[in-house]
Amino acid sequence: MLNEIAHFSLNVALGFAVFGTIIPLLGATLGRSSWMQLAPILSMLQFLLVAFAFGVLTVAFVRSDFSLRVVVSNSHTLKPMLYKIAGVWGNHEGSLLLWVLILTLFAACAAFFGKTLPQSLLARVLGVQSSITAAFLAFVLFTSNPFTRVEFPPFNGQGLNPLLQDPGLAFHPPFLYLGYVGLSITFSFAIAALLEGKVDAAWGRWVRPWTLAAWIFLTIGIGLGSWWAYYELGWGGFWFWDPVENASFMPWLISAALLHSAIVVEKRDALKAWTILLAILAFGFSLIGTFIVRSGVLTSVHAFANDPERGVFILMILGVFFGGALFLFALRASAMDSKGVFATVSRESALIANNLLLAISCFVVFVGTVWPLVAELLMDRKLSVGPPFFNIAFTPFIVALAVILPIGSTLPWKRAKRTHLSRLWPVGIFCLACVGLTWTMQTGRSLIGPVGLGLGVWLVMGVLIELYQRTGRDVGKWKRLKRLPLADWGKATAHAGLGITIFGVAGITAWQVEDIRVMEIGDSATISGFTVTLDNVEDLRGPNYLTTMADIELSRNGSFLANLHPERRYYPVAEMPTTEAGIDSGLWRDVYVVVGDAQPEGGYAVRTFIKPLANWIWTGAIIMALGGLLSLFDRRYRVGSVATRRDIKEVDA
Amino acid sequence: MKKILWILGMVVWAGLAQAVEPSEVMSDPVLEDRARSISQGLRCLQCRNESIDESNAGIAKDLRILVRRRLVEGDSDTEIMDYIVARYGEYVLLRPNGLGINLVLWMAGPLLFLIALACLLSVQRRSKRSISTQALTKEEESEINNILSSGS
Repeated sequence: MLNEIAHFSLNVALGFAVFGTIIPLLGATLGRSSWMQLAPILSMLQFLLVAFAFGVLTVAFVRSDFSLRVVVSNSHTLKPMLYKIAGVWGNHEGSLLLWVLILTLFAACAAFFGKTLPQSLLARVLGVQSSITAAFLAFVLFTSNPFTRVEFPPFNGQGLNPLLQDPGLAFHPPFLYLGYVGLSITFSFAIAALLEGKVDAAWGRWVRPWTLAAWIFLTIGIGLGSWWAYYELGWGGFWFWDPVENASFMPWLISAALLHSAIVVEKRDALKAWTILLAILAFGFSLIGTFIVRSGVLTSVHAFANDPERGVFILMILGVFFGGALFLFALRASAMDSKGVFATVSRESALIANNLLLAISCFVVFVGTVWPLVAELLMDRKLSVGPPFFNIAFTPFIVALAVILPIGSTLPWKRAKRTHLSRLWPVGIFCLACVGLTWTMQTGRSLIGPVGLGLGVWLVMGVLIELYQRTGRDVGKWKRLKRLPLADWGKATAHAGLGITIFGVAGITAWQVEDIRVMEIGDSATISGFTVTLDNVEDLRGPNYLTTMADIELSRNGSFLANLHPERRYYPVAEMPTTEAGIDSGLWRDVYVVVGDAQPEGGYAVRTFIKPLANWIWTGAIIMALGGLLSLFDRRYRVGSVATRRDIKEVDA
Repeated sequence: MKKILWILGMVVWAGLAQAVEPSEVMSDPVLEDRARSISQGLRCLQCRNESIDESNAGIAKDLRILVRRRLVEGDSDTEIMDYIVARYGEYVLLRPNGLGINLVLWMAGPLLFLIALACLLSVQRRSKRSISTQALTKEEESEINNILSSGS
């Protein structure tokens, strides 16, 4: 019964979404205040109805209600509770419902926090947002209904992909979706601005928190996914340039660019058309990402839906919203003339360079991701584009970005002199010295390690220098530092986080040591100073799997470090094996041990990796997200009544 | 029934090999290094997006052994790559070659970068010119002088 009510409430929500699109948008065009006033209420109602449906689906998973088809194919009574709940979004139908839930959640938030917005702008934002909700609700109801019943409910379900039974992955999709879908509200703001024909500093200020929030969620989501891949997939890679990963990485890059260009709109009244375009592109790439993942058009490690009909539906949504938005942009962009002028060497220019590099690196990822499809369609060539391509084509732009970052962030607005950079010179020279030193010290002679290391140091030191400069020349430095706005602390933290991530990526890529060997029980081996001893191997049973667990002692120079328990698991319900690595995490290195098959001649295959600076990658990501969070809580976003101030000039179309 | 399932499970499980196995590793570390870097550039044909170096599939193992056998016979890296591409098609290359339409793929980033640079330069030139031509007219200047002198 509950399931039917939930199904029905989704239908009603679709109705409200259609109304919520037509009435506010018409009202804003005709200037009818009473019509526009309906927008927030309609948005809230959509959210409540979808939240109810999502709650019911969650209950169905928790109770293992096998009368629902999704529950049958994605759950099992033996599964731990956490993964029963995670199972709600661990499948196509449920994850799309989550997508819609977040769409309406953001609309409701915009309605709630947007009371200070001009009425017509708010109505348009919510109207556009409702139209996206309507499209996706129709998609859910017509092609992927989570409330489809089975005629004869079975006694038990068919389990869940055991790879996904993991805390890291349980929370990976919700964060990613919060990020993806969070960009929808920026998109709605952009379209509303195009409809209004007006982009001003206040607009930049309203858009930035939403972009920031979406970016934070994306950062956390991508970080979690990468961390999961690292410890779960069994060879300790952290990034695979898989189409599905790229699908989340492209919106991240564009939203990072958008974050920066929105500052220019807000503070300097320039780069307006470009910022609007970025807002459209950011959500456009989210839609492309959804299309890639949901249609399975580029099959990859973690695509779990393969249905061409659904793909066509999403392609239509993509075409209508992305194409329509770009068309509207082409019509109206010329009206967005920028007032602020600036010199060639200024922070504005540096931010343009930032945007350029981020946008191009995103474009490279995009071309690489869709290339196999394009080549097959146009030239009938079946080919692959893998990590070697991306490493070569993508890295130079990110290196350039990291090189200009500290320079750009110390430059003043409008016009800069050489003296502004005086303190950065010594740091730059120091970093070059670091690069040279590591280059001569290392044995492998690859360039990635030293350059990445130097860049990491450059970014972090650049942040410190900038903070130092902000304190001024006189006494009371600490007081000044304390009084810096939170946004500045956020900026410093996020930039330092990027430096730390680059540091980690360089370390793990350049100086990883790998060892593969057969070990009998009692054998030990020494790999770059670490001694690994295979004490025991046991066959055990977990709650819903079988496991071969090794007991490995790790020591260094005779002193004990840790006991590691790498496993080989087998999940009989899903008929899938998985590897669980034994990891000893440390500040400077991870020791990563994987146990393999029993060998025919006796003993077990044991792979040991020494992974330098591994943790820095995800620590950096967390710090970046933290920086975003600090910035989000800056006072100027909370004091929301900027709109009514007179001194903000508006540019009419 | 359940017991059979467990046993079946164990059989399937044991059948699954791991990426690079100890028995495959060559005694010459230099050759082994080359083998690893070659196999990191070759795609496992059965898998979704894995190189033969990472994959557990049987065909990946066969290819790894093939690569090593050719290395022992003294082939160069490119000879081995050509040998495998000739048999399995360019689909196995994780780093696509720059031939034909693939040139677009490789040049896309750098070209866009150059185009964007050119656009920026022209915009900057135009804005400089527009700023420099916005000098004050004589009337404006005298008006300003009036305002300034009356204010003091």
